[in-house]
Amino acid sequence: MTAIPLGVPRRLLEFTLDGQETRVPEGSTILDACRAAGKDVPTLCQGDTLEPKNACRVCVVEVEGARTLVPACSRKAEAGMRVRTDTERARHSRKVVLELLASSVDLSTTPNAAVWLKEYEAEPDRFGPDAARIDQEPRVDNDLYVRDLGKCVLCYKCVDACGDQWQNTFAISVAGRGFDARIAVEHDGPLTGSACVYCGNCVEVCPTGALSFKSEFDMRAAGTWDESRQTRTTTVCAYCGVGCNLTLHVQDNEIVKVTSPHDNPVTHGNLCIKGRFGYQHVQNRD
Amino acid sequence: MDLHFGDSEPTDEERAAVDALLGPPQSSWEGADRDGTGPADLRWARGGRAARDRRDLLLPGLHAVNDRIGWISDGALDYLCRRLTVPPAEAYGVATFYALFSVKPRPRTVLHVCTDIACAPAGAADVLAAARDRLGPGSGVLVQSSPCLGLCERAPAALAVRAGETVRTAVAAPATPDAAVLAATAPESAPEEPAAAMAVPQAGRAELTLLRRVGVVDPASLDDYRAHGGYTALRRAFELGPAGVIREVTDSGLVGRGGAAFPTGVKWKATASQPDHPHFLVCNADESEPGTFKDRVLMEGDPYALVEAMTVAGYATGAHKGYLYLRGEYPRALRRMEHAVAQARSRGFLGEDVLGMGYAFDIEIRRGAGAYICGEETALFNSIEGRRGEPRSKPPFPVEKGLFGKPTAENNVETLVNVLPILTMGAPAYAAIGTGRSTGPKLFCVSGSVERPGVYELPFGATLGELLELAGVRDGLRAVLLGGAAGGFVRADELGIPLTFEGTREAGATLGSGVVMAFDDTVPLPRLLLRIAEFFRDESCGQCVPCRVGTVRQEEALHRIADRTGADAAGDIALLREVGRAMKDASICGLGQTAWNAVESAIDRLGAYK
Repeated sequence: MTAIPLGVPRRLLEFTLDGQETRVPEGSTILDACRAAGKDVPTLCQGDTLEPKNACRVCVVEVEGARTLVPACSRKAEAGMRVRTDTERARHSRKVVLELLASSVDLSTTPNAAVWLKEYEAEPDRFGPDAARIDQEPRVDNDLYVRDLGKCVLCYKCVDACGDQWQNTFAISVAGRGFDARIAVEHDGPLTGSACVYCGNCVEVCPTGALSFKSEFDMRAAGTWDESRQTRTTTVCAYCGVGCNLTLHVQDNEIVKVTSPHDNPVTHGNLCIKGRFGYQHVQNRD
Repeated sequence: MDLHFGDSEPTDEERAAVDALLGPPQSSWEGADRDGTGPADLRWARGGRAARDRRDLLLPGLHAVNDRIGWISDGALDYLCRRLTVPPAEAYGVATFYALFSVKPRPRTVLHVCTDIACAPAGAADVLAAARDRLGPGSGVLVQSSPCLGLCERAPAALAVRAGETVRTAVAAPATPDAAVLAATAPESAPEEPAAAMAVPQAGRAELTLLRRVGVVDPASLDDYRAHGGYTALRRAFELGPAGVIREVTDSGLVGRGGAAFPTGVKWKATASQPDHPHFLVCNADESEPGTFKDRVLMEGDPYALVEAMTVAGYATGAHKGYLYLRGEYPRALRRMEHAVAQARSRGFLGEDVLGMGYAFDIEIRRGAGAYICGEETALFNSIEGRRGEPRSKPPFPVEKGLFGKPTAENNVETLVNVLPILTMGAPAYAAIGTGRSTGPKLFCVSGSVERPGVYELPFGATLGELLELAGVRDGLRAVLLGGAAGGFVRADELGIPLTFEGTREAGATLGSGVVMAFDDTVPLPRLLLRIAEFFRDESCGQCVPCRVGTVRQEEALHRIADRTGADAAGDIALLREVGRAMKDASICGLGQTAWNAVESAIDRLGAYK
């Protein structure tokens, strides 16, 4: 029988969310409460398997009495708190943040970006044709994954996944400062000279497609990437005895990418290079 | 931690610089030559917590290399990482965060020419252009424009730093092209800076409290400090006990002088009552707000006062270790504080048993490396810990989880120095100074269009006009910037504003860190606003989107309307307002939240672009 971890029982606390009395377990974030109540708050840097970094500020909500808006993803709900998620003030900040992002990086492969831009009536073009952008060619320096920093919103998720939250490899970090800050390996060199172990756990958490599997990157470039024609099959990795779950994304009877279910209580979506990239033998049909 | 290193090797000089800080390596695990037979190489690698505990030496290590060589090569960075068990990618991220470091080769001497808001109207652009002209490639000097160097009373200012076995620095202020070039080419023979007291026009006057010793005592002499009332406050503190000190500070009404005006007694009490140990005391001397130089004058003119005040604060909050995070651009303040701390330690005023009272306290000085954001308290903690100086999200607040995740009281230099008179004169007498809600004396950094720029001490409640009169404001005053780049402008007809926290707030302005910068009508306002916007763009840490991109969009819009007014500027001003509002509401820390303040006040109060 599989043991299902239940965790320590938590007390419920009461607070007001958009005028409604809400009860959530102690330690829940405002975002948890919003999602439990079926409210849609956009998020980019929040990851279901990572500590919230609250860098993107697209999830800001208004807490009565607070001088500034607060990030729903990381601010814990407190008893008696009065939170409003859809005020003009919160919507204004979300709109401007989306505009700032869309005017500086390429959000074309960010799921939901187009929907949010429309919902918040964002006009990224109003900063003018000369607005500074992160224009960088994708860096293709290995056979497994590609870094397209022109799509990077600096959410820090890849850094956290590579670092002490999951992989403990510490191959990447944010380098530089301000608008010039970029995700980089040591000395900003190629991945092949770095500490990278190609587990692909950074790609797993990237919210914008700035990190993508080489297979996906090439197919997108060739115009053959079509998620509507893909199936997803979750299976067990056969390489070692850990038994990680793999989700095989298959298009036209070819594995095109491998992810892992984030709700797996052992691996939380993390894999190693073998599980993530070692699928070629499956489709060697000769 | 399984670290990966490339093939880059340090030069002998780089290795020596790191070893001078950390001692020679113990084994080949740490980068020593491998002989393959030594027991340390075969059986022992420093790992785990013992290795990670030295992470905070990363910033001093980067300084050591940069000081010796002038820049940080791949080999030097890798060697430092080996010694400290730090991943090279993270160390690279830290090294590239700070403006005073370079990871690309550059000449040994760097001349920083301040082009910020106090120096720009004083002719900084000419100094910069002339220095660039005369110190071209091959001169051995790199000329850089710099944010405020904290020498505003002697604008325009330039700071030369020459790397080598001992770092040579020279200041040219007021800088002429000749003086700047001399400082850069021969820092050892450049004229000595004027005494700190020259920045205090009121020096020697009897009514001074915070500045009373500046220019009166020998800043190098502990005995002279004691002869002028030094260490009476600490003795009084020992009589009162920690809770008694906190009570006095609370009753005095002292609030933080760094800009946020948080009650110091409340902060100390919250820190002292935390069950988690150890507690830390951090003194924020990363004075980088453009136009602010009071902490520099205090540290240069009366360094022992800060040592004593930190000891009192440590005693009250239950800390046995105090960190003094000192701005990297303040070489003389650093020398004076280093000397004072060493003297105090050798004479038993710091150490295992302070004054024989059974209380252990010591001070470690950490040098910043060119990052305005590190004046934000949690960014400062990250900087000391050897991480990128990015602010943390609050809560948890520093009193609960601060430096190294432990309860920490963090105070500005001026705030701490105020504790001495509170203890010597008693809380009621101190609270009687100033107004009911802003008690005590306050330092103001007056610069710009005045005859006698400098640090002024006045009781809270004096008006802006009275202060400017004292400093000899020149004719044709158009505007006064209160609180620095993060503050706001007021008009020349608003000089009746009382200089108190509540008075400035009621007037829709801010006291901030005490900057009072006067501008006459010859200063082109759009150019000034653009410089402020450039400052925030350069100094944004890049962590959150509103600030990282918002400060860029703000600068772009101000560029577009630099020569426009009225309807031609209206569209961009509307855009600025929208971006500014989002920066104020949604940024993580005070930098982004205030980056639009000065521009907004210039548009609304001064009628810029009309």
